[in-house]
Amino acid sequence: MQLIAENLSVARGARLVVAGISFGLKTGEVLQLTGPNGAGKTTLIRAVAGFLPLAGGALRVEGGPDDVPIAEQCHYVGHLNGVKAKQTVAENLTFWADYLRGGRRGDRARVDRALDAFGLTSLAGIAAGYLSAGQKRRVGLARLLVADRPIWLLDEPTVSLDAASTGILARLIETHVSAGGIVMAATHIPLGVSSPQELRLGGAAA
Amino acid sequence: MSAFLTLLKRDILLAAREGGALGTALGFYLIVVALMPLGLGPDLNLLARIAAGVLWIALLLAALLSLPRIFEVDHDDGSLELMAMGPLPLEAVAAAKSLAHWITTGIPLALLAPVLGILLNLDLAAYPILVATMLAGTPAISFLGAIGAALTLRTRRGGLLLALLVLPLYVPTLIFGISAISAALMGPSGSEAAFLILCAISLASVVLGPLAAAAALRVQVQ
Repeated sequence: MQLIAENLSVARGARLVVAGISFGLKTGEVLQLTGPNGAGKTTLIRAVAGFLPLAGGALRVEGGPDDVPIAEQCHYVGHLNGVKAKQTVAENLTFWADYLRGGRRGDRARVDRALDAFGLTSLAGIAAGYLSAGQKRRVGLARLLVADRPIWLLDEPTVSLDAASTGILARLIETHVSAGGIVMAATHIPLGVSSPQELRLGGAAA
Repeated sequence: MSAFLTLLKRDILLAAREGGALGTALGFYLIVVALMPLGLGPDLNLLARIAAGVLWIALLLAALLSLPRIFEVDHDDGSLELMAMGPLPLEAVAAAKSLAHWITTGIPLALLAPVLGILLNLDLAAYPILVATMLAGTPAISFLGAIGAALTLRTRRGGLLLALLVLPLYVPTLIFGISAISAALMGPSGSEAAFLILCAISLASVVLGPLAAAAALRVQVQ
């Protein structure tokens, strides 16, 4: 499968934030988006996730299911974690597991594996409102593992993570792409994955 | 279990766990209705005559207080944009959240109304039709209210704007809710027509509300 952007332009208000970006991402590839603040990293990722309309160009997935919109083939981890303060960590992840998989239930083992992957098992029964920023981030990232989606869109995923968790994330990204996934991540610090592609936004203009 | 029911169940559980929103709405309803006899004087005939109208208007205002919560929390913590990428279209997301609002706020308010009717010397014959019209009319309040809640999502202190947008939409529900009660007091079979129109308004709102709310939500997640 392949995620292809051709001459992609995205506007915010009257300003063209992303102009004429092209890339092709094949199965097994990691794309690191870099660039200064305001270069359009978040805008590009949110456009791929389907939140922002395209001002020009085309975006398509080849080799995937044709009848599923691109947004439904993507996991998105943005600046907000989508974590409910009043629910426990396990309830949060169980909801997303059920919801993202179309309401099919009963995959508790999968939620447990996701908790375990991010070292959250001991926090599973605690209301998410009591977690620290980094712990909430780990819950948000654990969502990547509770439902199968081939494309991961990560917007500064390492914000407020400690060094150990950043390492865990890097290993999970490598596992995901080696299993046939695609990862697109906006980041200021290197993710620590081997041989990522890099797309620098706004560099020439700045 | 479909994603729709998963979302509905989560919203009801969260509302039950937070509790504060429902308590505020019920408390507000009680206070507004309790103030009426104090302001208007102890004229029992006057109170009985205006009871149905007061109960309906106070219910609209109490429900209005709780409307922003339909989407606000999910928008603020990022859940809404994740739902937009989920298997449900945003129309169904809006419908599930409106339905959860009706179950957790509309039904309790409708069930509190007959208790508050005692404070206003409501005619005994009016109790069954009062509860019936409120149960039939409150879905319109939740589903039309979702439109306003979605439109004012990113507005700071959008509560007042929400009231301006939504209260005019409630006028038909109010008119037919009250006329069904008045007609029932006139004669045994008079209220049927008004009650059926009230049901029709609610059913139309259940269809149109989520469509409009989803269109507003698409703009809000940009």
